Amino acid sequence: MTTMTVKGSRRRDPGGFRRGLRRNLTAYGFLCGALICFAFFSWYPMVREIILSFQQTNFVDEPTWVGLDNFRTVIDDAAFADAWINTAAFTGLALVFGYVVPFAAAIILNELRHAKAYLRFVVYLPVMLPPAVGVLLFKWFYDPGPGLFNQILDLVNIPALSWLDSTDTALVSLVAVSTWMNMGTGTLIYLAALQSIPGELYEAAELDGAGLFKRIWHVTIPQTKLILLVMLLLQIVATMQVFIEPYLMTGGGPENATLTVAYLMYQYAFNFGDFGAGGALGLMLMVVLMVFSAFYLRISRDNQS
Amino acid sequence: MIYWVVLVAVVVSFTAAFVFPLYWMVTGALRSPEELAQMPPGFFPESLDFEVYAEAWDQLNLAQFLGNTLLYASGALLFTLAVDVTAAYALSKLRPVLGKLVLGMMLATLMIPPMVILLPAYLTVKDLPIFGWDLLNTPWAIWLPAAANGFNVFLLKRFFDSIPRELLEAAQIDGASPVRILWSIVLPVSRPIIGVVSILSVVTCWKDFVWPLLVLPDSENMSISVGIASLSAQMPQNVLIAALVIASLPAIIVFFVFQRSIMAGLTAGSLKG
Repeated sequence: MTTMTVKGSRRRDPGGFRRGLRRNLTAYGFLCGALICFAFFSWYPMVREIILSFQQTNFVDEPTWVGLDNFRTVIDDAAFADAWINTAAFTGLALVFGYVVPFAAAIILNELRHAKAYLRFVVYLPVMLPPAVGVLLFKWFYDPGPGLFNQILDLVNIPALSWLDSTDTALVSLVAVSTWMNMGTGTLIYLAALQSIPGELYEAAELDGAGLFKRIWHVTIPQTKLILLVMLLLQIVATMQVFIEPYLMTGGGPENATLTVAYLMYQYAFNFGDFGAGGALGLMLMVVLMVFSAFYLRISRDNQS
Repeated sequence: MIYWVVLVAVVVSFTAAFVFPLYWMVTGALRSPEELAQMPPGFFPESLDFEVYAEAWDQLNLAQFLGNTLLYASGALLFTLAVDVTAAYALSKLRPVLGKLVLGMMLATLMIPPMVILLPAYLTVKDLPIFGWDLLNTPWAIWLPAAANGFNVFLLKRFFDSIPRELLEAAQIDGASPVRILWSIVLPVSRPIIGVVSILSVVTCWKDFVWPLLVLPDSENMSISVGIASLSAQMPQNVLIAALVIASLPAIIVFFVFQRSIMAGLTAGSLKG
């Protein structure tokens, strides 16, 4: 519609048409770098992902269409259910820790008047570390023999745990690293949201005789509802892609206890050389994550208008 | 009174949770393998022999890895700025036909989680469509995809939108070309946002693991994260930990220097604005 009216107004004024054409050519001149980069590395791969998951390809012969065969291959894999269950469990646990802990930390930081800059700096420090460094560091802490965590347990006379080597604790251990590395982001975003709550609301609540928990429940949470919801969706999307923790710490083991969808996808492509099956798994993950992304988009659009 | 108790408790627990692991890392490297295995460990290492850091530097070829990472990050920064600033300028100030659609398609890429297009993106880099180039093991495989960043275009466009039109129109009447207007008027007033975008892109490139793992498989091209991870199994523990310390130093120094911009970039993405 808009392009139609622009065209119409141009026809009435031939000089304006030429100027408009020049402006457009200049604009697309400025845009061409971005268009090329986006086309090759974002837009085309999105389309290719769909094509890939319906094809059988060995990169020598022409790829052939195989319909839903790739999907059947991955679904029939015994690891398929494990990977989805683990990914869901990882996401769920990461939400419990990575949601409650940073929010609580932000509330506490917001109440404090001293050492704020230090605490903010410190909580964000792990976010700055390259994730590979954080993961390898914790792998050493989890060492079943003399690792730091078992030494701490030893100090308080609790028997050593096998952390990454036991199916009971492996996944939780990965969630702990992930939370440690990422909670700074959430804490600082919540803190910014808390600081934008008008002080009068708290004063009014206090006048009404509301205690600390009542104030949090009736003022803080309603006022930060939006940002809490946005962070919930962003975190689901981020944690469902978990790869580096299982890749570097456990290799998916023990007994597939830490095998995630993204890691299984990587294995199909780069260990078994089956890009079609990997693509099919990636497409399934994409569909699930798009649902959450769409919710996110909806919420942020509703709130901008 | 309660306030002070809480304050001390918070400071102590935050320090224990976030600083102590780093202290343990820095001093852990100084301990011999025997000392590392000892139960219970001493809080301070028995000797202060920094030899292990030199050993890690040589054995893991850290100079090469760090140099590679610097090359990837600085190139990613240059490409990101060149590509995203011009795109945001065109979309914000020149407003071409279909500009809204182009912006929408760029923003749509933010909805696509990077992991789910990992395989097709890898195949694209391995055999670039139309040109048929193999970009694996070249810096281009890092630089070009880094520039395709919808979030940066969005941040820059939003900032450019806030620059008053009259300022640019005055320059236009004086006969300044669009390039000239971008260079002499828009860029100077946009320093803060360009700073944020620059730091975000360097930090993102520095932290990335999965993408460089796939597209830079040869050991002489590896980034520092991938290099250390790939050699981690063959190294004595204290040498590996020393390497981890060396790999985290640049990030921590950058954080010390650019704290403000980094935190500004963090909240720039939230809904507010």
